[in-house]
Amino acid sequence: MSATTPSVFKRILPQLIILGVVLAFNVAVFPGFLNIEIHNGRVFGNLIDVLNRGAPVALLCIGMTLVIATRGIDLSVGAVMAIAGATAASLVSEGHHWTTALIGALAVGSLCGLWNGFLVAVLRIQPIVATLVLMVAGRGIAQLITEGTILTFIDPGLIRLGAGTIVGIPTPILIWIALGAGAIFAVRRTALGMLIEAIGINEASSRLAGINSRVLLICVYAMTGFCAALAGVIVAADIKGADANNAGLWLELDAILAVVIGGNSLLGGRFSILASLLGALIIQSVNSLILLSGMPPEFNLIIKSVLILAILVIQSPKVGHLIYMLRASSLHVQPEKSSSRPVLTPKEDAQ
Amino acid sequence: MKLRTTLLASAVSLLPVAGMAADMTIGFSQIGSESGWRAAETTVTKQEAESRGIDLKFADAQQKQENQIKALRSFIAQGVDAILLAPVVATGWDQVLEEAQDAEIPVVLLDRTVDAADDLYLTAVTSDLVHEGSVAGQWLVDEVAGEDCRIVELQGTTGSSPAIDRKTGFENAISGHDNLEIVRSQTGDFTRSQGKVVMESFLKAEGGENICALYAHNDDMAVGAIQAIKEAGLNPGEDILIVAIDAVPDAHLAIAQGEMNATIELTPNMAGPALDALEAYFADGTMPPKWIQTESKLYTADDDNQAVYEMKKDLGY
Repeated sequence: MSATTPSVFKRILPQLIILGVVLAFNVAVFPGFLNIEIHNGRVFGNLIDVLNRGAPVALLCIGMTLVIATRGIDLSVGAVMAIAGATAASLVSEGHHWTTALIGALAVGSLCGLWNGFLVAVLRIQPIVATLVLMVAGRGIAQLITEGTILTFIDPGLIRLGAGTIVGIPTPILIWIALGAGAIFAVRRTALGMLIEAIGINEASSRLAGINSRVLLICVYAMTGFCAALAGVIVAADIKGADANNAGLWLELDAILAVVIGGNSLLGGRFSILASLLGALIIQSVNSLILLSGMPPEFNLIIKSVLILAILVIQSPKVGHLIYMLRASSLHVQPEKSSSRPVLTPKEDAQ
Repeated sequence: MKLRTTLLASAVSLLPVAGMAADMTIGFSQIGSESGWRAAETTVTKQEAESRGIDLKFADAQQKQENQIKALRSFIAQGVDAILLAPVVATGWDQVLEEAQDAEIPVVLLDRTVDAADDLYLTAVTSDLVHEGSVAGQWLVDEVAGEDCRIVELQGTTGSSPAIDRKTGFENAISGHDNLEIVRSQTGDFTRSQGKVVMESFLKAEGGENICALYAHNDDMAVGAIQAIKEAGLNPGEDILIVAIDAVPDAHLAIAQGEMNATIELTPNMAGPALDALEAYFADGTMPPKWIQTESKLYTADDDNQAVYEMKKDLGY
């Protein structure tokens, strides 16, 4: 379990290579992709956009990785984003300080997570059904809070969370990197990660081994709600308004996809938050590629699905094994050629 | 109230004598409240009915056709004088419209039309989406006055009829003017956040100084794009001309602040012309045309947008 640097690197190597390839595609369609300039005291460039626009999915996938590691899933994160954004917007527009609004939104998001955790861990409802409840009801709750309008606000403190910068770097980037690093530290430098994996692999035996799986499950769902709330506040702050209909719409699917691209199994067990975060960046790079390519919007979803399919096929164990066999046979004849395609190295042991 | 009356009066040019309609009961089957515009339409319809002394029975269908059909049957059973229907989908109305016809209750369609024989309803009051796009295009043609202009376009949700028609109308208006060219066009899904994200990519892919104008299929995307333009260190409304459609309150505010140049109104007052037609029909049997087109009014910095904003902000947008 002790994550030594080479083994971590080996674990995230496929994601790093895919990210590199997608970014190379970006450079191919738009040569200025890698340029980073300073405009009005903020860093400005397409790479920064990928990091910045990837923030909501990156935040969501931190919690989603943990939930999926317990063999669960959380479909409600998009709706929780809308609720949290609406809460923050309504609190500041009622004249509260922006820190109160932020804390209020995070508390409401965690509460939503606790509700999911209660349904899953105490009432033993299947996670996909339990969280579907809030996914459907959540947007209605958010609309009740905003009274059906886009609730706009002008509080500079709250806006800085989404559209502002700290030492020139957009705040959302710093937030997701900090939370991601904190979460990785918490699960890998303590036994927490191993306990979560134990629940995912076999909950009954983990309970027999003395793990309080009920409390841990509730905490994991609460954490997911917290991450979703933070993402919701960022999205609302970015457009200076809470859009209950559209904030976080379908982002639960992007978050699950990020976890899958990160090589985590939906059947629970071993997980890597770092790889999921790279998955989130891969998805955002694909989005960026679509926007920069200048293709008509009718092709957006087709391009995205083809690229995602290609990424998943390359990662699939069967293909990995096939390539391993091909490489082994060619290794017999021409040993030098093998190093030219590192992407094809099978990583079954690390998945 | 005074401001509101002034503006409504421009759309409802002839307010009929209140006494004439005093004992009329009208059923209104609304789709739901999926957007701010729809909420405003509901508010304005209620105001219109109230100002004419009409008893309006309101039914919110929550986006479901079956609820609308139920509401229509209930209106027919109650024996209302007329029915206003904002249909959620185009098909499947023939039977219930025939029932209304058998009960001799005229039906007026609001905002959208149906695929049914046109003798089944009295008239349809809708805006012309293609016309809205062409008003936007014509404004830009006049504004740049022959100078070269590279335009970026934020489309609505791909495949939706407002996106298709507003694009067509705009392209019709600028065709033949070789100085105008749409250089990038991408969907912003009618939302603020996507409008902002896509505008960011336009600014980088084209370079902010190479973009002369932005045409957005709705105001929300334009409001998002304005923020992206500001964050890129440019002045929206000056460095990049911005024209959009809908005339929601926030667009009036943006124009008043000089950050946006023009918006074309999709009026929420569909009920005014509809009730005018009904009152004329009941008074002396005047048959209205089968399609009443609402005005697509152009608002620019020449209008008092601050006043319009104050008037509109409480309509439920």
